Amino acid sequence: MMKWRNFIKTSSITPLSITVILTILTASLLIFNTAVQAKTFVYCSEGSPEGFTPALYTAGTTFDASSVQVFDRLTGFERGTTKIVPGLAESWEVSPDGTVYTFHLRKNVDFHTTTFFTPTRKFNADDVIFSFDRQRDPKHPYNKISGGNYEYFVSMGMVELIKSIEKKDDYTVVFNLTKPEAPFLANLAMDFASIHSAEYADKMLKAKTPDEFDQKPVGTGPFVFVSYQKDSTIRYQANETYWAGRAKIDKLVFTITPDASVRYAKLKAGECHLIPYPNPADLEQMKKDKNINLMQKEGLNVGYLAFNVKVKEFQDAKVRQALNMAINKQAIIEAVFQGAGKVAKNPIPPTIWSYNDAVKDYEYNVEAAKKLLAEAGFANGFETDLWAMPVQRPYNPNARRMAEMIQEDWSKVGVKAKIVSYEWGEYLKRSMAGEHKSLLLGWTGDNGDPDNFLSVLLGCDAVGSSNRAQWCYKPFDDLIKKAKMTADPAERTKLYEEAQIVFKEQAPWVTIAHSVVFEPMSTKVVDYKIDPFGKHIFYGVDLKE
Amino acid sequence: MIQFLAKRFMQIFPAFIGITLLTFSLVHLIPGDPVELLAGERGIDPKRHAEMKISLGLDKPLPIQYLQYIANVFKGDLGKSFVTKKPVLKEFMTLFPATLELSLCAMIFAVMFGLPAGVIAGVKRGTVFDHSVMAISLTGYSMPIFWWGLLLILFFSVNLGWTPVSGRLSPLFWIDADTGFMLIDSLRSDEAGAFKSALSHLILPSIVLGTIPLAVIARMTRSSMLEVLKEDYVRTAKAKGLSPARVIMVHALRNALIPVITVIGLQIGVLLAGAILTETIFAWPGVGKWIVESINRRDYPVVQGGILIISSLIIFVNLLVDILYGIINPRIRHTG
Repeated sequence: MMKWRNFIKTSSITPLSITVILTILTASLLIFNTAVQAKTFVYCSEGSPEGFTPALYTAGTTFDASSVQVFDRLTGFERGTTKIVPGLAESWEVSPDGTVYTFHLRKNVDFHTTTFFTPTRKFNADDVIFSFDRQRDPKHPYNKISGGNYEYFVSMGMVELIKSIEKKDDYTVVFNLTKPEAPFLANLAMDFASIHSAEYADKMLKAKTPDEFDQKPVGTGPFVFVSYQKDSTIRYQANETYWAGRAKIDKLVFTITPDASVRYAKLKAGECHLIPYPNPADLEQMKKDKNINLMQKEGLNVGYLAFNVKVKEFQDAKVRQALNMAINKQAIIEAVFQGAGKVAKNPIPPTIWSYNDAVKDYEYNVEAAKKLLAEAGFANGFETDLWAMPVQRPYNPNARRMAEMIQEDWSKVGVKAKIVSYEWGEYLKRSMAGEHKSLLLGWTGDNGDPDNFLSVLLGCDAVGSSNRAQWCYKPFDDLIKKAKMTADPAERTKLYEEAQIVFKEQAPWVTIAHSVVFEPMSTKVVDYKIDPFGKHIFYGVDLKE
Repeated sequence: MIQFLAKRFMQIFPAFIGITLLTFSLVHLIPGDPVELLAGERGIDPKRHAEMKISLGLDKPLPIQYLQYIANVFKGDLGKSFVTKKPVLKEFMTLFPATLELSLCAMIFAVMFGLPAGVIAGVKRGTVFDHSVMAISLTGYSMPIFWWGLLLILFFSVNLGWTPVSGRLSPLFWIDADTGFMLIDSLRSDEAGAFKSALSHLILPSIVLGTIPLAVIARMTRSSMLEVLKEDYVRTAKAKGLSPARVIMVHALRNALIPVITVIGLQIGVLLAGAILTETIFAWPGVGKWIVESINRRDYPVVQGGILIISSLIIFVNLLVDILYGIINPRIRHTG
């Protein structure tokens, strides 16, 4: 026995391994002692950007990494609001008929100087023309680069809307539209309308590397892109000559961290300053943590249940109203959103201007619902289906659970709903075709304009596509069409407020919830504002020592 | 030996075709249209839908798509990702060093602890040490990776602050990824402390990823040792009066290693393909996570290409194991 012990003592394996471990452990203790002079802001983002040209993509993650930090647009949103403010256009005029927009561009704006590009001229009208022509003109040399799919430009109707874009002089650009469109200024503040450097594009084309243009961005924004390591980190530096003033932080790093629990651990360990999309289950603990500041704001979204009004049983508004009354929304908010949601009464979220707070929601009342159903000729109820999305969305974190709760509620008034689900792509396709009787879905706003909810989701033109209720109601449609043509914001507000009343009476949907966005951050973070669009803006943010 | 190698190489070809056929058909069998998924809630009109299908090459019948795919694969072209529009091979090459670095460290960890633990447990059969090794390895083997990873993070990173939570390098260091191997890149950079940072970021993920292989190796080594220790030649060696160290290291261990090496070889395959969970927990930018995300997005070229490269690597590793076998054990070389 003694000899075996000697063997273990003399053999080289065990001491060697112990030495290695000790080295590794000591090394780990020393890492965080590195001194830092520059103010580096670390954002633990939830995923990787698809690329860096915002017009090519639709994901918020991509916009956070590209348009928000690196680029500017002609117009912009005031930080933390949906209010439109000047961007690269200092001012603009709209013709009386609402079809000609003249933009006066800001002078003396620098494009970023990077390791891969040094601009020789300032921003001017050519850059605006390039950025839009790439998306509009199929013959443009950049149109087909990187897949050439301009989803937002197409789906916001810009192809049909923009008749022509003219350069009047170096600092004046005129957009001629085919029809008056009040949300146009808001559209120009969207990510896809980011302004790129035409000079950089030319350079890349001449070097026969136009693909690089979409991977290494050059903009005029508050941060200069430095490098991207796929699925790992994105680095930016403050733009020293930013036209609106230099950012308060020196360096900005995105550390890509897909798992929410790990993001939370990183925040606690001081490895990031701010994390997006916390687990609802962690919120309570975050509130108690003295080192964490948990900010919250209603998201720019709505989760709804749409009745397919073309189906026999849902044609009568009384049935839809009754089923509105039969659902206990508060219980859903508590169970499905775990507090990270608010009951919705309008089809637009309260952060959008023209939100009509005077609208009264249907009260949860089983008896009244039964009575209404009886009046509509369904005293004994009926059978229907209820589609539940297979994926998690900000406006609906657990559609299956929500559907089960609604099924239970409806059964109390005699309506038997069968829950149906499909794979996500299939779900979207079939529901667009109107194969459902009722379904759960939602929407996240693009440009903070009420039209972006009301026309897209409830307008007559959207029946057969994004209008899942297949609801075309003339009094409502007239109101939103008129509002779209009206330039005066006060007048538009009135029209939209009225439209919301009509919507509530007709009840094509059960408006269920607006999610509440939580942004946990280190208490060192100063002056962060939650963006209503769900983006993460670090310009204007500072770090306490 | 040459005959043996030729035979093994011949077997690779059908396996290769089988893999492409299987991944291609499986990927296309999953319900879901990549075009619809790219469009999301917004929806897409049928004309645009058809255009996009053509631009992604999805308009042709499946057998034609497959033949085109295979033809391109033989030309070395694995296609472009639907999402990022970048060549699949290029994306793979940027991510693979991270997976390889992690897998190698995990394997070193597993062998460094698993092998000695198994040898000692085998030699000291029935002792407390043996029982503990077996119990611990069983626990390690059945541990849910996600839970284990988070547990280590909470204990070592959050509570003790010894190791970083996730990532490959502290964001305070700005290092270019020349080779993609962070240990090498950080050594080559001028930034002081970068190497330490890279090393410390490897500790927890290596432990988590190496836990299962460690358990497998320890158990395999133990049982293999037990068998070999019963052999006549070991008794003869002992009877000749050789030192216990020599008996174990030279006579027993060398023979006991044969099945262990097979297991290590297989485990390398498992590590390369199965680092998905570890990569997700530790935000490790490797290929496992990349492929899983691509399945969710129905990014066909990435799924097909990624699986093809990884399977080819596994085939290659197995081939290496077979050759190594022959070197360790001449009997296989001769009979193979």
